[in-house]
Amino acid sequence: MISGLRLRQRAAVFRAVRLFFEERDYLEADTPLLLPVLAPERWIEPFTAGDLFLQTSPELCMKRLLAAGHARLYQICPCFRKGERGGRHLPEFSMLEWYRAGIDYLALMDECEELVKSVALECSARKLFAKPAGCFRLDIPFERLTVAEAFGKYARCDENAALAAGCYEEVMVEEVEPHLGKGGRPTFLYDYPAGLASLARRKSEEPALAERFELYADGIELANGFSELTDPVEQRCRFEEERRLILSTGREPGPIPERFLAALHDMPEAAGIALGLDRLVMLMTGAATIDEVVCFVPEEL
Amino acid sequence: MLNASDLRKGLKILLDGDPYIITRFEFSKPGKGQSLYKCRLRNMINGNSTDRTFRSNEKFEKASLEERSMQYLYSQGDEFHFMDVNTYEQLSLTREQIAENVNYLIDNMEVTVLFFNGSPIDITLPIFVNLAVTQADPWVKGDTSGTDTKPVTVETGYVLQAPPFIEEGDRIQVDTRTGEYITRVKD
Repeated sequence: MISGLRLRQRAAVFRAVRLFFEERDYLEADTPLLLPVLAPERWIEPFTAGDLFLQTSPELCMKRLLAAGHARLYQICPCFRKGERGGRHLPEFSMLEWYRAGIDYLALMDECEELVKSVALECSARKLFAKPAGCFRLDIPFERLTVAEAFGKYARCDENAALAAGCYEEVMVEEVEPHLGKGGRPTFLYDYPAGLASLARRKSEEPALAERFELYADGIELANGFSELTDPVEQRCRFEEERRLILSTGREPGPIPERFLAALHDMPEAAGIALGLDRLVMLMTGAATIDEVVCFVPEEL
Repeated sequence: MLNASDLRKGLKILLDGDPYIITRFEFSKPGKGQSLYKCRLRNMINGNSTDRTFRSNEKFEKASLEERSMQYLYSQGDEFHFMDVNTYEQLSLTREQIAENVNYLIDNMEVTVLFFNGSPIDITLPIFVNLAVTQADPWVKGDTSGTDTKPVTVETGYVLQAPPFIEEGDRIQVDTRTGEYITRVKD
């Protein structure tokens, strides 16, 4: 069970997050957790509940709200992913997602940096936290590296060679990630190979790349954001491709999210991001594992 | 058969024919990609550690290991002889296999012998063992030099740090996991 201090710290982080979005006129939305259809994703396995699924992310519902004209939305909710358990993973975890119409991934990177710094400032002002909370510098901008630059700097091969050889994830985990967000300066990794972002827009001037970024702080992968793909035709093709890949791993892919695809016709240009809230609490408190910052871990229930 | 998702710290698996124990374990899923299982593994035969990253579709076999309680008899050269007190069966392990356990091994000690495919590969000692001190500088009462430990030699030849009041002929308890002095014992 969580310690009294960690429980208070967790509540303080949640409060600081809500404060940030309230001050920026974001609307808090709570979409259903039980869904009849999910975005097909090759490497994410959902839990089933009767005829329905527990959500793996609120992404599709949030975008339908966006398409309905709500330009700034955020949500704090549990997400469920089968088989994910480790020092930074739980099969049920707390996600923060936010979406904003009229901006792209670069502007969203700025906003993400402002959020993390604002939460750190808010926490640092409270007696509950060591100072500065988060152990990173607030006075300098976060580092920004393209995936190509990061592989060039840290890996034995470039990202395309790693993808071709089928060892992209291994190189990322073993050679690149250990260097990211170190020395008190979080790192944004951006411009991912297009194949690694099934709901992100491609860069118009460089279609081999997707307008996607990830934030790393102190070795922890904290957030994943992108410019939203708003083309329903291309999105349908990508879903079909993901379904083929799921089939090839022996799993049964769910149906295509037709209502979401229909809503894409009305969706404005927008960017959206998912941030692991338990991991943000880890970062602010210096907790070594996710176990320390959640009320109960599955093994205790 | 075990799946990659069954891997965890402390699990013993078979890899390239050898038994390994997982000494460090990390689940990783870089950028919504596939699950990776980063492990540090120690070869239970030669003690070497190695880092390996596994994917979720990999399968593993549990290492078939057996433990038996046995009594230490004597050593001859680099061979250390043990006996099963129930069957009187005797076997020996090499100095390499005994490794740092040699520091705490005394005649008639009850130890646990680990077998892999029927052959002994390692021993586990009791966590605490009592050893006689065979050499220690005398305790000078009122010594205020500020040192709170001094080196002492025990019956196995092992040298460790102990408080200044420990003298030759005393018996002391040692933690075999750390090799450190715990307390003086009377027996």
